[in-house]
Amino acid sequence: MSLSFNHFEVFQLAVSFEIDTKKLAESYRNLQRTIHPDKYANAPERERRLAMQKAAQINEAFQTLKNPLTRALYILQLQGINTNDEHHTMMDGEFLMMQMELREQLAEITQLEQLNEFLSRIEKYQHDLRNKLSQQFAEENWQQAHDSVRQFQFFNRLHEQALQLEEELI
Amino acid sequence: MALLQISEPGQSTAPHQHRLAAGIDLGTTNSLVATVRSGIAETLPDNDGYHLLPSIVHYADEPLVGYAAQKLANSDPLNTIASVKRLMGRGLEDIKTTGTRLPYDFVESDGAMPMIKTAAGELSPPQISADILKSLKQRAEESLGGDLTGVVITVPAYFDDAQRQATKDAATLAGLKVLRLLNEPTAAAVAYGLDKSAEGIHAIYDLGGGTFDISILRLEKGVFEVMATAGDSALGGDDFDRLIAQWIMQQAGIADDAEHQHIRQLLEIARTAKETLSTEDSALLNIKFIGWQGELNQQQFKQLIDPLIQKTIMPCRRALRDAGLTIDDINDVVMVGGSTRMPRVREKVSEFFQCEPHIDIDPDKVVAIGAAIQADILAGNKPDDEMLLLDVTPLSLGIETMGGLVEKIIPRNTTIPVAKAQEFTTFKDGQIAMAVHVVQGERELVTDCRSLARFELRGIPAMVAGAARILVTYQVDADGLLSVSATEETTGIRSEITVKPSYGLEDQEIERMLKDSLEHAKDDVAARTLREQQVEADRVINALRAALKIDGQSLLKQEEFLTINTALNNLLKLKDGTDAHAIKHSIEKLDEVTTEFAAKRMDASISKAMKGHTVNEFMEN
Repeated sequence: MSLSFNHFEVFQLAVSFEIDTKKLAESYRNLQRTIHPDKYANAPERERRLAMQKAAQINEAFQTLKNPLTRALYILQLQGINTNDEHHTMMDGEFLMMQMELREQLAEITQLEQLNEFLSRIEKYQHDLRNKLSQQFAEENWQQAHDSVRQFQFFNRLHEQALQLEEELI
Repeated sequence: MALLQISEPGQSTAPHQHRLAAGIDLGTTNSLVATVRSGIAETLPDNDGYHLLPSIVHYADEPLVGYAAQKLANSDPLNTIASVKRLMGRGLEDIKTTGTRLPYDFVESDGAMPMIKTAAGELSPPQISADILKSLKQRAEESLGGDLTGVVITVPAYFDDAQRQATKDAATLAGLKVLRLLNEPTAAAVAYGLDKSAEGIHAIYDLGGGTFDISILRLEKGVFEVMATAGDSALGGDDFDRLIAQWIMQQAGIADDAEHQHIRQLLEIARTAKETLSTEDSALLNIKFIGWQGELNQQQFKQLIDPLIQKTIMPCRRALRDAGLTIDDINDVVMVGGSTRMPRVREKVSEFFQCEPHIDIDPDKVVAIGAAIQADILAGNKPDDEMLLLDVTPLSLGIETMGGLVEKIIPRNTTIPVAKAQEFTTFKDGQIAMAVHVVQGERELVTDCRSLARFELRGIPAMVAGAARILVTYQVDADGLLSVSATEETTGIRSEITVKPSYGLEDQEIERMLKDSLEHAKDDVAARTLREQQVEADRVINALRAALKIDGQSLLKQEEFLTINTALNNLLKLKDGTDAHAIKHSIEKLDEVTTEFAAKRMDASISKAMKGHTVNEFMEN
């Protein structure tokens, strides 16, 4: 395994949005069992450092691939798309309206039941978006996938904020 | 086969030797040492049969540790230091602001590190911790009949970088080789996880004397994966005692600025009352020094402590959320730490997790036992063991950016080891230096986070603003310790530090303290250094021989083998001599010529792991 491997190559996987996460977790555990610095506790300093670098690379690859959003972002980056470009505002007007409405709704929530209803709605959006993404990636429709990823990011942030509110309401 | 015949005449190729290793639970209130003997992990008692060592040190001519020191707490409070763990990695300011009233005589120094005035001079928290560690080291070595090759020391999962570094410094001062700093809840999980039926998701609730941790772990096929951890590194049994003591002071009309000695006595009475209330309906209070008597009943007790217990439930909720789980996903809850003996704590935890918590292993010993099991494996006594512990960073690590804001580089609950890089640029024309301020915490403002270190990258060529490309890399090793480097990418100018907290000990200081303490113990520094290098040489030689035996022939070309063999023979010749410096140099040389071989071996084992994986899949389908 070279330090220049991409995250999919680390696990000998083809670059694809749909992956078998169970097998990914199993490969991950096998690799860490082999390379984790604890396996080199008695090795010379230099060897321990090398083990640490490789274990860090495997961790990074696993963390990126196991989560659908970071996996999607990573595939886009491999396609040479700059996902950090803040000037890229391709969001359509309809989605922007929805964003505003959802934010307002969240701000008005005072009861736990309302919040739970809100959360399940967000989760439904996330679910649908994930399916849409899967199709766009399968069709190699990178630009549309990029737009979906941005929407996905918005829903994740909103979900996070809603969970924070849950902590306050409990 | 010629490649394999490298052992000296009369010396067999390393028949496996059992290495003495121990696990140490360095607690706020009590400490323990444990080891694996004949396959069984057990804590080691002192000569009087006590397993617990009170984490108390008394300073007079010679440091006294444990029960002997505890006896002097009332008569000589200023020279008797307890709960020093609370001061580890903390600045003087922290200690003042946390509102913890510690009955010690702090030195008002300009340094940020708190120093305590004692009869043995001004002492830093790592030095005091080192005295506790030395006592445990001695107990283990007497009991096992030899020198320890290494130890695993446990720390609260929620300890930040400064607190971990301080713990490691204490071990260095005590002359211990740290195989790993292990998170306490993970250690507890290891002690419980020996039972293979324990696969699944576990919550470890650890309420000790001074710290609280909650960890959510997944155990699958020998791999303990920490999914999330949360807690409070300044909340524990001591706080319960303090609350009760304050209540007594209110009831009995004792002023807040009572003498150190009286506060000590009150804390002791409070602790006894707390313990009594675990089994009785009420506790009698007898304050002799003002001739006051009273009573604390269950209801009053619950009212007093419920807010503190509630403070532990919030982190439980956050850890679940960070792990992306709900209460239904938790298979069971394990209770760790002496404070979980309080029935009210068990009641509240079981209410939150909706299940009866496990208490089968003595909550005082479980952490040390887990640490001993891990130490045994890391020392190399169980080469075929599949157990692996994957820990996480408890707090986010970030960097200060414009306007005093924090940019997170490594988010909390990231599996370690981890390395992450981020690119920055200059904001002024002709800027030739960049200040890197490393912080830890969850808040957005630098002032609300813990400052870990500052350093400067100098020599950036003068360019227009925004043209320089500065790559800052954060790396956290398996002990949870951070190092940071910064590189200007167009010129390759590089600056690197292992983060030493602003109020930590410098390497030179550690060396000086070590020398002082050795002189004090009338040990010979030179002899000790030589012995250390010889032990290190043996370790390197044995590891290399084992590696050559397995992979030498398949991975090395003839000339590569010859180079390694020359360096190996050189070390063999030197290691029984008296020149510590030459041995050290020879070890470094051997390390250098075997780097390529080591990398090849790692790659070979990775390929093997991936192939093994494919075979498994094939068999499963």
